[in-house]
Amino acid sequence: MSELKRVLLAEDSAKDIELTLAALDEYRLANEVVVVRDGAQAWEYLSCTGAYADRTPVSPAVVLLDLKMPKMDGLEVLKRMRGDATLRAVPVVILTSSREERDIIEGYKLGVNAYVVKPVGFDDFVDAVKNLGLFWAVLNQPPPGSARRAA
Amino acid sequence: MKRATTIRRKLITAMMLTSTTVLLIIGAVLVLYDVVSFRRELATALTTRAQILAANSTAALAFENPDDARQTLGALKSDPSLVLSALYDRDGRLFASYPDGATPRASIASAHVPEFTFGPSRLVVLQPVIQDGRWLGTLYLESDLRALDTRLRLFVLVVLLAVAGSVAVAFALANWLQNGIARPVRALAEAARRVSQDKDYSVRAQAMSDDELGLLTGAFNDMLGAIQERDAALGQLNTDLERRVKARTAELEALNRELEAFSYSVSHDLRAPLRHINGFAALLRDHIEQHLDDKGRHYLGHISDSARKMGQLIDDLLMFSRMGRQTMGSSEVDLAALVADLRGAHNADATHKAIVWHVRPLPVVHGDPAMLRLVLMNLISNAIKYSSTQATPEITIAAEETGDEVVIRVADNGVGFDMAYASKLFGVFQRLHRPEEFEGTGIGLANVRRIVQRHGGRTWAEGEVDQGATFFFSLPRDARAESHKPREAA
Repeated sequence: MSELKRVLLAEDSAKDIELTLAALDEYRLANEVVVVRDGAQAWEYLSCTGAYADRTPVSPAVVLLDLKMPKMDGLEVLKRMRGDATLRAVPVVILTSSREERDIIEGYKLGVNAYVVKPVGFDDFVDAVKNLGLFWAVLNQPPPGSARRAA
Repeated sequence: MKRATTIRRKLITAMMLTSTTVLLIIGAVLVLYDVVSFRRELATALTTRAQILAANSTAALAFENPDDARQTLGALKSDPSLVLSALYDRDGRLFASYPDGATPRASIASAHVPEFTFGPSRLVVLQPVIQDGRWLGTLYLESDLRALDTRLRLFVLVVLLAVAGSVAVAFALANWLQNGIARPVRALAEAARRVSQDKDYSVRAQAMSDDELGLLTGAFNDMLGAIQERDAALGQLNTDLERRVKARTAELEALNRELEAFSYSVSHDLRAPLRHINGFAALLRDHIEQHLDDKGRHYLGHISDSARKMGQLIDDLLMFSRMGRQTMGSSEVDLAALVADLRGAHNADATHKAIVWHVRPLPVVHGDPAMLRLVLMNLISNAIKYSSTQATPEITIAAEETGDEVVIRVADNGVGFDMAYASKLFGVFQRLHRPEEFEGTGIGLANVRRIVQRHGGRTWAEGEVDQGATFFFSLPRDARAESHKPREAA
């Protein structure tokens, strides 16, 4: 893969964004990280509507979704993605502080690819994000369909 | 209906038996009385005849003229029931007899006073023949009892006919009269049947008389009324209760949802700032690594530790709250296998001291496998933790089956505790040691107690400072799988 696709980070907390970016930076992840601040924005970006109507319609390599966000929560974004033919195959990782089982169960029902509880320990957090970046943006071959669309 | 037929039949049978018996007794008495009086009449009539004959025979005897006597006796031929007559002189010799030449079968004693005797089929009268106070001999008269037989037969026939007629009339009467008893009983039985079959308490039996049966019917109806009333009240009460239970359940469900929302928000919102504190403390340390002296590093370490500790506390508290709400599964749990598994996990961690284990046979119980695992994990890790200061830590795990429960105990030879604080052991965040002595948040035993209580068991502990501690938990015996025998832990 000559061209690295973007990583979409949907997160409402500025501090979490800073920490996540610091962690991604620590790993020196080559991908460009697009940050959106709520679920509605995330959906606009993904569906190339609203503020993102003019962007090149390339699906991100991976979507890091926070669960609790204003306007539209992470599960809702996930549900819409899974209902969309183009976005169905995009890997989604839910990144959240929640350890609530029902979130996890609901997330897996909706077809989440990974579920990472943000550890309180920063090092753990960095490890988790590192693993995610490594797995989805570098090592993991996106499904053939999405690769062709990306081309 | 069958029951009513039976009581009708019983009533008729009773009445018929009674009346027939009475009629038969009366008939028998009448027949008996008639026989007795008719025999007396016969005797009297024959005696009278004998007296007349005796009087007519005095001359023949006095003048010893047998022909005369025979003629006198022969006058009796007009009565066919007189079978034999004879005259004896004063010496007891047969003087004359009729029919001529016939002699009485019995030997005749001389009679000085009139006497009569009934034989099996004859009546014999002896009459003294007396003239002017002078006894001349004895007259013998023998009559058969044909008349008596005839009369008796006729009388019995009449009595039997009368009895039969009376019985017929009695049957008609009984059949008619039993209705007065059987009909109300039948009505009562029918009402009772409908009540017991259809549970219809609005049924009433119709009162047909104001005797005891009427009273019974009235009482039955009153009872049905009372039952109907009570039934209605009970139904009302049930409805009320159901409504109240529904309302209370809704309330509880709302509360539970609220509680869940609360713990959900605690899980999300309390943890986020902690993560930030920790994260930025780490970033800060990286950022000013070169300018940081030991004290600065020490302070930053405290910040991170505290944030991590608080995160742990929140996690523990959430787990504790989940333990209370989570639905419990129930399956067979092999405690021996569970302990072996937990020990294996411990042995894999080489940082611990070698521990001398005494694992006795443990039963298979019924319960939530994950929860029971947590119970044993907590107790075993506590035992390991608090015996870690000993030269040779020893841990004993054993089970004992008492009357209706299985008691499992985990004992160690560690630091123990003062029994004065035993009641605090199972409280949330209750600790008997400083964090510097032994790590922990104080939630483990609270979880143990909650889980065991949800399984219907009890928890308690015994210990002595520096003499080790023993933690017990019981599970009800019906929670124990019967099909399995205790097995030695590996």
